[in-house]
Amino acid sequence: MQHYSGFGLLKHSLSHHENWQRIWRNPTPKKKYDVIIVGGGGHGLATAYYLAKQFGVTNVAVIEKGYLGGGNTARNTTIVRSNYLWDEAAHLYEHSMKLWEGLSQDLNYNVMFSQRGCLNLGHTLQDMRDIERRVNANRLNGIDGEVLDAQQVKEIVPILDCSSDRRYPVMGASWQPRAGVARHDAVAWGFARGADAHGVDLIQQTEVVDFIIEDGTVVGVKTDRYGEIKADRVGCVVAGNSSVLAAKAGFELPLESHPLQALVSEPIKPILDTVVMSNHVHGYASQSDKGDLVIGAGIDGYTGYGQRGSYGTIEHTLQAIVEMFPIFSRVRMNRQWGGIVDTCPDACPIVSETPVKNLFFNCGWGTGGFKATPGSGNVFAASLAKGEMHELAKPFSMFRYHNGALVDEHGAAGVAH
Amino acid sequence: MLHIYCPHCCEYREEEEFHAKGQAHIVRPLDPDACTDQEWGEFMYFRKNPRGIHHELWVHAAGCRKFFNVTRNTQTYEIKEVYKVGEKPTIVAE
Repeated sequence: MQHYSGFGLLKHSLSHHENWQRIWRNPTPKKKYDVIIVGGGGHGLATAYYLAKQFGVTNVAVIEKGYLGGGNTARNTTIVRSNYLWDEAAHLYEHSMKLWEGLSQDLNYNVMFSQRGCLNLGHTLQDMRDIERRVNANRLNGIDGEVLDAQQVKEIVPILDCSSDRRYPVMGASWQPRAGVARHDAVAWGFARGADAHGVDLIQQTEVVDFIIEDGTVVGVKTDRYGEIKADRVGCVVAGNSSVLAAKAGFELPLESHPLQALVSEPIKPILDTVVMSNHVHGYASQSDKGDLVIGAGIDGYTGYGQRGSYGTIEHTLQAIVEMFPIFSRVRMNRQWGGIVDTCPDACPIVSETPVKNLFFNCGWGTGGFKATPGSGNVFAASLAKGEMHELAKPFSMFRYHNGALVDEHGAAGVAH
Repeated sequence: MLHIYCPHCCEYREEEEFHAKGQAHIVRPLDPDACTDQEWGEFMYFRKNPRGIHHELWVHAAGCRKFFNVTRNTQTYEIKEVYKVGEKPTIVAE
């Protein structure tokens, strides 16, 4: 793998940047792998990277039906934070946050991780009580957090309308300074490049159409382009399409796939240097380095796989944004899109064994999977390498819906799911 | 924007007036106390999530406030059929 550095940039400028190496190969798959990962999004690629780098399992293939990082990795609003209420979730997301903090160096690839802080606004007394409880829980778990009043919020974001006569006045917020944003595509590309350098085969434009299951044990997958490929273990990281693949393996998941929309405005001058989220009026916004406002909100109420959503939902989102930032009322929106998020009943992911031996699922991240990309990949890789679930993943077993040990993060995580 | 026919109001109305309430035809176990954890968990949380034909429960929340069933394609979002609770769908996934 070509090492990236300032010196390298200078050297390649002398040849007009025409001699850069391709950053990953396009191999033909082998007949058999130790581990096959289905789904080449951020989480899948991170899993492959950590499997090869940290756990020494290099005979790995990632099979992706489209192109790498082309699903929800390319469609999210890039927010990274770890201020979750419950211990189980907080530990998992904080594990991820710690990996984010060294990720660009680790990957030798600039993922543009910017710890610009994240505000979760409170608009009612109950909001503020929930915020205090969550911040206290965070601090007990070693996660940074502060409770701010409206005046302090106004100092951080002067353009936020904090006047008390609004329909939904800003009463305060929780503030996580280490939170921020990262460049979503770079995360997928950085993990892909790192995985490829450690010998992982990235197989694109190939759909896994079925599993090969013998005596309740998975022994490989069937693909549309290369037929059968054998594997000792299979990890499925296919977000919105998890239920479809689980059905092929003969079991159901407690997931429902919903469209989640996001939109970006035309680029404007720097005005918002942090992430602002509101659970109550339900919208969130940050400004990208290019200058466009990146805006997101809630899922559409119905299930769907169409990668588009309803106008009513966008209208709702923009009402919330304009309520919070009257200054944005005349900013024009440039693009709008939808992704398919796999939501769980308790708004926490499933990182789990399944009724089929050697088949593992990593799914159900719902509306907030991007922030977990490195952590999710890391614990899933550890689980796939050893054949048993990593300590941090154990509370997120799919069997928790049978024994009742749910991790209910609905609304507790600072944003409605 | 979906255009949904309410079988109670006998009119097409915009999606904004309705709420989707998830999978239809979920039968509550007759004797919940006799359920195993597995059966109860499946009744509570496990849902069909097909890419294609799906039967779902909707409520005309800002209209007559009555519930009804919709058969909808979750990929094209095309509504195939609308029928009242208690009725059987004529279009089902194969």
